Amino acid sequence: MQQNTIENTDFEVRSLDAICVNKSDIPGKWYYNFKYLFVGLGFGIIFVKAEIISWFRIQEMFRLQSFHMYGVIGSAVVVGMLSVWLIKKLRIKTIDGESIVFHPKKFNKGQVYGGLLFGLGWAITGACPGPLYAQIGTGVTVIIVTLISAVAGTWVYGYFREKLPH
Amino acid sequence: MNFIEWIKQPWPWYVAGPLIGLTIPALLILGNKSFGISSSLRHVCAACIPANVKFFKYEWKREAWNLFFVAGIFFGGVIAANLLANPEPIQVNAKLVTELAGYGITDYAGLMPAELFNWPALLTLKGLLLTVLGGFLVGFGTRYAGGCTSGHAIMGLSTLQWPSLVATCCFMAGGFIMANIILPFILSLQ
Repeated sequence: MQQNTIENTDFEVRSLDAICVNKSDIPGKWYYNFKYLFVGLGFGIIFVKAEIISWFRIQEMFRLQSFHMYGVIGSAVVVGMLSVWLIKKLRIKTIDGESIVFHPKKFNKGQVYGGLLFGLGWAITGACPGPLYAQIGTGVTVIIVTLISAVAGTWVYGYFREKLPH
Repeated sequence: MNFIEWIKQPWPWYVAGPLIGLTIPALLILGNKSFGISSSLRHVCAACIPANVKFFKYEWKREAWNLFFVAGIFFGGVIAANLLANPEPIQVNAKLVTELAGYGITDYAGLMPAELFNWPALLTLKGLLLTVLGGFLVGFGTRYAGGCTSGHAIMGLSTLQWPSLVATCCFMAGGFIMANIILPFILSLQ
């Protein structure tokens, strides 16, 4: 019985996690992945130029001293919603002709506990995972330590996951 | 003002936000990929230190796109900092400037406060908490929550998923608690 509960939790956790559901069925050559590098490139430039990766901007956000970050995230969500709506409405396919699929996320307590812990870390480092890579790129090399620590945090979560409430 | 001078200015939210939003359809149309960045940390674990932990035993090579994507973010940072950098100091709210001056933070030349994030600072308790503890919380918390700002706040909300709204509210709650209640103690450390 106990074993079953753990397995069910495991399934839910896995289904929550983007990486387990976003597989394309078309096996591409490894170098096809370079297209994602270019999307990332543009993304990194936006991160820096809009100062999203700035520790100062994140402090302003969490003190309600600036609208900037709320504007960025809010308008990104609005554009994202419209895009997803259009993709569904017009049944837009991928460039390889596959149907685009969306996977519902299931609620679990991890979103609350993990969310709070990530929020604490976000305000300390002034970075979510994406900006960490861009911060290192701008030459603040000590953030390599922060990134390694984030990898360690992910690993520790993976190691203790069965024992954590979900 | 020529084009280069114009593009070197800080970009306003109504330019950056919509461009970030367009990353969602770009990744979906290029290859059915759900936007998310914190997963890259998990792939690094799976590729480098799986250590027989079930959570890291999967075909990470099938998710390699995510690692190319974050490598792109790194190079984007390199390009923006070297070719498109804003020569002016970052402009922040006067209240924040006053508060941070109380902790000896007065350098606004870079996007990150140079007094806090540098290699020698790692040898102090304050530096350790900011870089090592902060990073750990980001890595542990995002995976526990099943996503970060990109996966939950942007992709999750765009696809109208209420668990992502819960997660986003918790991110913000944690951030408010840290920035206003706990961080002042950390910044007061010598």
